[in-house]
Amino acid sequence: MKRVENVLREHRYQRSHIIQILQDIQVEFNYLPKEALEYVSQRLKIPLSKIYSIATFYAGFSLNPRGKHLCTVCMGTACYVRGAAAILNEFERKLNIKPGATTKEMNYSLETVNCLGCCAIGPIVVYDGKYIGEFKLKDIGRILKGRA
Amino acid sequence: MKPALIISAGTCGLARGAEALIKAAKDYQRKRRLHREFEIKITGCHGLCEAEPNILVHFNGKFIFYQKLKPENVKDIIEKTILKGTIIKEFLWFDSETRKRYVDIDEIPFYQKQKRILLGHNVLIEPKYIKDYMKFGGYSAVGKVLKKYRPLDVINIIKKSGLRGRGGAGFPTGKKWELCQKAKSSEKYVVCNADEGDPGAYMDRSLLEGNSHSVIEGIIIGAYAIGAQEGIIYVRNEYPLAIRNLGIALKQAHNKGFLGKNILKSKFNFEITVVRGAGAFVCGEETALLTSIEGRVGRPKPRPPYPTESGLWGKPTNINNVETWANIPQIISKGAEWFSGIGTKRSKGTKIFSLVGKINNTGLVEVPMGITLREIIDEIGGGIPGGKEFKAVQTGGPSGGCIPKSLLDLPIDYESLTKAGSMMGSGGMIVMDEDTCMVDIARYFLDFSLHESCGKCPSCRLGTKQMVEILDRITEGEGKEGDIEFLENIGKNVKLASLCGLGQTAANPVLTTIKYFRDEYLAHIKEKRCPALVCKSLISYVIDSELCGGCTICAKNCPSDAITGEPKGIYTIDQKKCTKCGICFTICPSKFKAVKKVSPPIK
Ligand SMILES: Cc1cc2nc3c(=O)[nH]c(=O)nc-3n(C[C@H](O)[C@H](O)[C@H](O)COP(=O)(O)O)c2cc1C
Ligand code: FES
Repeated sequence: MKRVENVLREHRYQRSHIIQILQDIQVEFNYLPKEALEYVSQRLKIPLSKIYSIATFYAGFSLNPRGKHLCTVCMGTACYVRGAAAILNEFERKLNIKPGATTKEMNYSLETVNCLGCCAIGPIVVYDGKYIGEFKLKDIGRILKGRA
Repeated sequence: MKPALIISAGTCGLARGAEALIKAAKDYQRKRRLHREFEIKITGCHGLCEAEPNILVHFNGKFIFYQKLKPENVKDIIEKTILKGTIIKEFLWFDSETRKRYVDIDEIPFYQKQKRILLGHNVLIEPKYIKDYMKFGGYSAVGKVLKKYRPLDVINIIKKSGLRGRGGAGFPTGKKWELCQKAKSSEKYVVCNADEGDPGAYMDRSLLEGNSHSVIEGIIIGAYAIGAQEGIIYVRNEYPLAIRNLGIALKQAHNKGFLGKNILKSKFNFEITVVRGAGAFVCGEETALLTSIEGRVGRPKPRPPYPTESGLWGKPTNINNVETWANIPQIISKGAEWFSGIGTKRSKGTKIFSLVGKINNTGLVEVPMGITLREIIDEIGGGIPGGKEFKAVQTGGPSGGCIPKSLLDLPIDYESLTKAGSMMGSGGMIVMDEDTCMVDIARYFLDFSLHESCGKCPSCRLGTKQMVEILDRITEGEGKEGDIEFLENIGKNVKLASLCGLGQTAANPVLTTIKYFRDEYLAHIKEKRCPALVCKSLISYVIDSELCGGCTICAKNCPSDAITGEPKGIYTIDQKKCTKCGICFTICPSKFKAVKKVSPPIK
């Protein structure tokens, strides 16, 4: 909880910063752990239900732990017309999970995003923070074998 | 000026490997001790994203454009071009329309029809250094305003310029400022909307990454005119580089005394903070954005009261888009007449569009208002790749519509796009070709609006859901007579009964595609056929026995073991096993091209 306290201190315990606070907690833990949210709720005197309503309203937050590797498929319009749907389908099939989920052994999480602003070089997949442009179906196998 | 290597390092440049070019350039410069011979500039996006990673070589007053480079090319460029002045032909841009190579950036057709008032500086300025921006007149507009003008003078200049908001609706900026200035309150706010939620649009990202000082300068001027003490820039969290560069720029502006107390020794005090969004499209809507800044769930509120009366924390708040703000210093420096001399009668100045999708020269284009869609797509964009047929261009994002070929000569301004059933929006321009299914695209956008609907209005929450269900049925081959009319009917009602722009415009993609591409809907419903060969349930993959070379690649890669045959013989697809993943279609070697799609599907 010390890490959470640090985040709160950085934001001077300001309640209006709650969204930013949650973002920083997510950077810290890779997701929003339940205990952290309860702690924030107590320290800032914000009802837990309100924190959950924020955490579930904004698509950028994840309430579940993410896997070791994160694959984010851009489903923005520009990527979509260049075949992003087929790429997402193939990821779903290969990993056997839906977007937003993590594989059982916690190796991979699959997510989608609405646009990363790199539309010109779409379709885009972000693998562990690395942007891969002009993504091809056959790149999926390469990535999952650890050769991104 | 000494020769310079100007490396394009916006997010897309970096995604294509700009980092390695920078490293190669720096290593070589250090190793050969060439610091005096040339400098390395790491800038924002140069606009022609198709050419990334690219380097501009500034040499003898020319800007030589080298494109699609590999790290090992950097050494060549330094040795040949920088040190000897020879041009390396094979790195030059090759234009697919004119079939020519070009040396200077300004000669490339992509840039020729543009008027890069806002983006032009991206190639000259290293965003890390405020002095770069100042060298080109940066922050002189703030100086001019604080020394020479009263707040009302500034408002009059902006009103006279005819500038309208670039965030979507096109409200006259000067008028908005005036409303906010007149509102009685000792506390006021200015906000910069950098949420850029429209998928396919990234001009705000490029401006913030490459030249955030221009946006900051605009905000300072606006705050002075309106009488605000605090400014907030709301940036989407999906733009880490923009957030970083913005942070650096704000610090520097502070150090130079353009922000803080008694700015430039005037009595004017002003601070700017950055707030990050959290991935909700609806937060681009102004009232939702303000509630999000207050740390709440971002749901729109009814207007009036408008934010100019009662906005952030209930105080008068003026909110403008990134690109709107970036225009301000230019107008102050060059005058209202200069600005209103560009564009059409009711739409002044330039607009940045992101030209993406099925187009040869993808990238950011800044054009004077009034240019036609055809000029942008054919002349700047260089047409459609692979000799395919143009089908439609989508503007205005999920709120906009698809504009067909017959309207390509439409001059672009706020009114004409609205009349065509679309809208200016923030400037996304997604080009679609014969391989794009218009029913599928309508479904895509509606599904987007459904997911992004905040849920407040039943018309938006349930209406979009019902429309998606109908479109799902149509694309799955279960369409019924009367579906089209039903869609039109719900669409009109969602439009009428929703509170904010999201609901009011959510039906546009469906209504415009029905209006212009009714045939495609009918083919799906009546013939169970997808003319663009996109909708999975309505197509089958087959191998053309005449073309199959028996190379075995498809069978080896088929994840469902649906393909059988003998090496060197002919392969066939078992339709019962096939899941239509399309891998065989993409993987079949181009010398055979034996895998085909057919519609209606084989039973
Ligand atoms: C659903 C919805 C999303 C919007 N998204 C954005 C956006 O991402 N960026 C933006 O500048 N304006 C967006 N707007 C428009 C804003 O509400 C507002 O009109 C704009 O920021 C005003 O600035 P301007 O006058 O400079 O255009 C959106 C509007 C709606 C209804
Ligand atoms: S649509 Fe994928 S990056 Fe913009």
